[in-house]
Amino acid sequence: MADRSRIDLAAALKDSGVAAAIALGLFGLLVGLRTEASSTSELELLPRPMLLAIVVAAVFAGRFLIMLLYQSGAFEIDTSRFISSDTKARIARLSRFAGPALLLFALTMPFSADRYYLDLGILVLTYVMLGWGLNIVVGLAGLLDLGYVAFYAVGAYSYALMAQYSGLSFWVCLPVAGILAAFWGVLLGFPVLRLRGDYLAIVTLAFGEIIRLVIINWSSFTGGPNGITGIPRPSFFGIPFIEGEGGFADTFGLEFTPLHRIIFLYYVILALALLTNFVTLRLRRLPIGRAWEALREDEIACRSLGINTTHTKLTAFAIGAMFGGFAGAFFATRQGFISPESFSFSESALILAIVVLGGMGSQVGVAFAAFVMIGGFELFREFAQARMLLFGIAMVAIMVWRPRGLVATRDPSVFLTEKKTIPAEKVAEGRT
Amino acid sequence: MEYFFQQLINAIALGSIYGLIALGYTMVYGIIGMINFAHGDIFMVSAFIALIAFLALVAIGLTAVPLALFLVLLIAMALTALYGWTVERFAYRPLRGSFRLAPLISAIGMSIVLQNYVQIVQGARVKPLPPLVPGGFTLMGHDDFAVQLSYVQIMIVVTTVVLMLMFSWLVAKTRLGRDMRACEQDLKMASLVGVDTDRTIAFTFVIGAALAAVAGVMFLLYYGVIDFYIGFQAGIKAFTAAVLGGIGSLPGAMLGGLLIGLIETFWSAYFSVEYKDVAAFSVLVLVLIFLPTGILGRPEVEKV
Amino acid sequence: MKLWERDPILDLQHLTMRFGGLLAVDDLSMQAGRREITAVIGPNGAGKTTVFNCVTGFYRPSEGMIRLRHTAGAEFLLERLPDFRIAKLGRVARTFQNVRLFAGMTVLENLLVSQHNELMRASGYTLLGLFGLPVYARAEHAAVERAKHWLDRVGLTSRADDPAGDLPYGGQRRVEIARAMCMEPELLCLDEPAAGLNPRESEELNGLLLRIREETRTSILLIEHDMHVVMGISDHIVVLEYGRKIADGTPEEVRNDDRVIAAYLGVDEDAVEDARAEVQP
Repeated sequence: MADRSRIDLAAALKDSGVAAAIALGLFGLLVGLRTEASSTSELELLPRPMLLAIVVAAVFAGRFLIMLLYQSGAFEIDTSRFISSDTKARIARLSRFAGPALLLFALTMPFSADRYYLDLGILVLTYVMLGWGLNIVVGLAGLLDLGYVAFYAVGAYSYALMAQYSGLSFWVCLPVAGILAAFWGVLLGFPVLRLRGDYLAIVTLAFGEIIRLVIINWSSFTGGPNGITGIPRPSFFGIPFIEGEGGFADTFGLEFTPLHRIIFLYYVILALALLTNFVTLRLRRLPIGRAWEALREDEIACRSLGINTTHTKLTAFAIGAMFGGFAGAFFATRQGFISPESFSFSESALILAIVVLGGMGSQVGVAFAAFVMIGGFELFREFAQARMLLFGIAMVAIMVWRPRGLVATRDPSVFLTEKKTIPAEKVAEGRT
Repeated sequence: MEYFFQQLINAIALGSIYGLIALGYTMVYGIIGMINFAHGDIFMVSAFIALIAFLALVAIGLTAVPLALFLVLLIAMALTALYGWTVERFAYRPLRGSFRLAPLISAIGMSIVLQNYVQIVQGARVKPLPPLVPGGFTLMGHDDFAVQLSYVQIMIVVTTVVLMLMFSWLVAKTRLGRDMRACEQDLKMASLVGVDTDRTIAFTFVIGAALAAVAGVMFLLYYGVIDFYIGFQAGIKAFTAAVLGGIGSLPGAMLGGLLIGLIETFWSAYFSVEYKDVAAFSVLVLVLIFLPTGILGRPEVEKV
Repeated sequence: MKLWERDPILDLQHLTMRFGGLLAVDDLSMQAGRREITAVIGPNGAGKTTVFNCVTGFYRPSEGMIRLRHTAGAEFLLERLPDFRIAKLGRVARTFQNVRLFAGMTVLENLLVSQHNELMRASGYTLLGLFGLPVYARAEHAAVERAKHWLDRVGLTSRADDPAGDLPYGGQRRVEIARAMCMEPELLCLDEPAAGLNPRESEELNGLLLRIREETRTSILLIEHDMHVVMGISDHIVVLEYGRKIADGTPEEVRNDDRVIAAYLGVDEDAVEDARAEVQP
C-alpha cells in the first residue's frame, strides 16, 4: 500500500542538493569551461556558466522528482496488478507470434520501402546475423568472446581478396570465406579455450586487436589503412545488375532501377541470417547444442559425463566464427570496399551488447535487440554526436533495468510431457 | 649503447604511467571480479580535467608552475575520484549481484558515454599544451647522441614510487586496506563479519580513479597533447599490463606496467613502430596461454 | 580369498597423492569387487575424496597405479587418462559432494546430456542430425526411454520437465544418480550420496543402490559418513585415516576392528575397550 504521507520535502531537498553538488563537481570544469584553439593555435578557455547552471539545475530537479516519486511509493506499485490475468495470458499467447511476425515483416518489407529503409534493413539484418552467430558462442556455450569482429574481418578480407584475384562468383567465395573464418576460429580457439571465463575474454579481445592491427599494417596484402576497393558487386546468379542489355532488368523485362541490386542484397542477407537461425535451432536439439548449454551450466559436470569439453568449445567457436565469416563476406560485397575501420573493438562490443541485451540464447530476443539498437541508432542520425552518447546511456540503462536481457526465458530443447519455459535467473551464464 | 639507455629511461617513464592505470583495473577485478572497461576513459577524463584546471589557474593569475602543478594534481585526483564514485554508484552497484556479463556491458556503455561526453563538451580536436616542465639532465653521451633524462620523467617515476609506497601502506596497515583485502578474499563473508562492503568497494573505485588521475596529469605533462581517444588505447595496454602482472595482484600491476612500457618502447625502437601494439598484445596472449594467472598472480585451484 | 581380490573391477596399487608438502593419500592399495558395493569410510580429512578424484581423473596421482577392468575384459590405467576419457572409455560415472546438476536445464535434459557420446555417434557427429535423418531421431527416442527408466527408478518421473535447480536437495541428489546411471557405467562412484538426507531418504537411497546392484552390471564405489547406509548395503568396506588404509574387509570385520573404532572415537587403540564401555550402557 502506498503511504502518501511519507513525503519529506526537507529530505528530498537535501538529497537533491547533494546530487547538485556532485553534478557541479563532475561538470564544473568540463562543461563550464571549454577549451578552444585560438588563432595562435594556443588553447583558450571559454566560460559557459549558463550551460553549467542549466545542467546542474536539471540534475537538481530530476533528483528531486525521483525522490518525491520514491517517497510517495510510486516505485513500489506493482504495475502488473493493473493487467488482468486474462490479458496476461493473451499477451503470452501473442508473444509466440512475435518471431513469425517479425519474419513476415522482414520478408515483405522491400516491396514498400525506399532506398533508405532498404539500406537500413540490410544493416539491421547484418547485425542480426552477427548477433545470432555470436549467440552460439556466448549465449549457448557461455564462452565470453570479446573479439568476434576478428572473424567478421577474416570473412570480409578473404572474400575481397578471393573475389578480386580469382574472379569467382559470390556464391563460391562465400562458403570459402566462412570456412576460412571457421579455420581461424579453431586456430585461435585451440590454445585458449581451456582458459577460465574472464581470461578467455581478454585473450579474445587481444586477438581481435591483433588481427585489426595486422590488417592495418600489412599494406602489401590487405591494402593497409586504405583497405581494399573495387570488390566485385554481386550478380543475380550470373546476371549482372547493370543497365542495358544482358542486365538483370533487361533479362526480366523490368525497368532498370538501382534498387534491384539492393533488394537482391536484402534477400541474400535475410537468407543468410535465416540460415544461421535454422542451424542454431537445429543444433540446440542435437547433442552438440545440449552439450553447449550444459557446458555453460557446469563444465566439470560435463567432463564427468565423458564430454570432451575442449572439442565442444572449439565447435561452438568454429561455428560461430563461420557465421561471422559469412556476414563479413556479405559486408564486403555489399559495400564494394572494406577498410580496417569497420573492424574495431567497438564492433565486437556492439555485437556482444546485442546478444546480452537480447537475452542470451534467445533467437527472437537477439533479433529484436539488433533491430532496436541498430534501427534506433540510425533513426537518431540527425543528432550526430549526441546519439552515441544516448546509445551508451541506453546500454547502461537497459542493463541496470533488465540485466538478463529483454527476453528472459529459456525453452528446453526436449520435453517429456509439457514444455515449461525456464526463467532466465535460473539459467547459468557460464562460469568456468 | 646510449640509444639503449635512452629507450630504457623512456620505457620506465611510460611504464609507470601504465602501471598507475593498471592498478585501478587490478584492484577492481580483485575485489569484485569485474573488468572495468570504463577505467581507461576515467584516465582520459582526468587528463582533460587537469588541462582545464591548469588553464584556469593560469587565467586567474597563478604563474608559479610547481604550485600550479601541485594544485592541478590535487584537483584532478579529487574530481576524477568523484567520477569513479559516480560511475560505480550508478552503472555497477545496481548490477552487483547479477550475472557476470551485465556489469561488463554496462562498463562498455559507460566507456562510450565518457568518450562521447568529452567529445561533445570539449570538441573532438586534439588539445595541445606547451611543455610546462622543460629541460632535464644529460646523463652521458657524445655529440650526436646524448642520453636525456627530463624533469618530467623524473617527476613521473618519483611520483609513482611515492604513490606505490603510500598505497602499499594503505593496503597493509590501515583499516580500509584490511577491509579491501577481506572483500577480495570473500565478499559475502566480509559483509557477515561487519565490513561495509558497499563502502569498501566504492573506495576501491575511488582510489583507482585517483591513481588514474595521477597518470592523467603525468600523461598531459609528458606528451603535451590529449584527445578523447587516449583512454581506449592506454586502457587496453594498462589492462594488458594488469593481466601480465597477474590480475588481482598490486605489485603485479606495477610490474606489468613496466613490462608493457619496456616491450612497447623497445619494440618500436629496434623493430618497427607500427607493430608495437601487436607486440604488446602478443605478449599478453602468450602469457595467458602459458601462464594464465600472470607473473605474480595466485594460481586458482578449482574445488571438485 | 575375498571376492574383490579374485575379480576386482578396480585395483589401486600404492596410490599416493601429494599437494606440495601435504600427503593426502599415502601408499593406498585396495580393490573394489565386480558388481559389489564398496564403501570407503574414515574421519574427515582422511583423503577419501582425493582418492575419488584420482580414480575419476580430476587429479593426477603423484605415484601409483589405478587399473580398471571391464566385465568384457578391456583394461584401462586410469592414472594416465584425463577425466572425460575415464568417463567415456572407462565407463566410470560419478556424483559430487556438492551436487553438480545443470540447474537451468530440465531434469530430462540433464539425463540426456549424460548420453551425449552415444547420441553424438548416432547423429553422425551432428552432420546426419542436421539433415534430419531418422537414425538420430531413433537414437534420441531410445535415449529418452532410458532416461524415463531411470527417472522411474528414482521416483522423479513427475518432475521430468522441471528445471533441475527447482528440485529439493534430496531430489537433486537422485537426479544426479539417475544421470550417472544413464551412462550405463561399469563403475559408479558416489561421493557422500546420503549427505543431507533424512533417515527416510537414506532408506530409499539404500533401496536404490541395492536395486542398481541387482538389476545392472554396475559396480558401486561410495564414500559415506552415514553408517546406516554403509553398514546396511556394503559388501566391502575400506577405512582410511590420514591418507592411510587402516582396515579392509567385510562390514562385520570392520565394525569390530579396534583401529577403526579408535580412529572414529579419536582415542588410542589401547583405550578402545574403555571407550566402548563408556559408550555402550
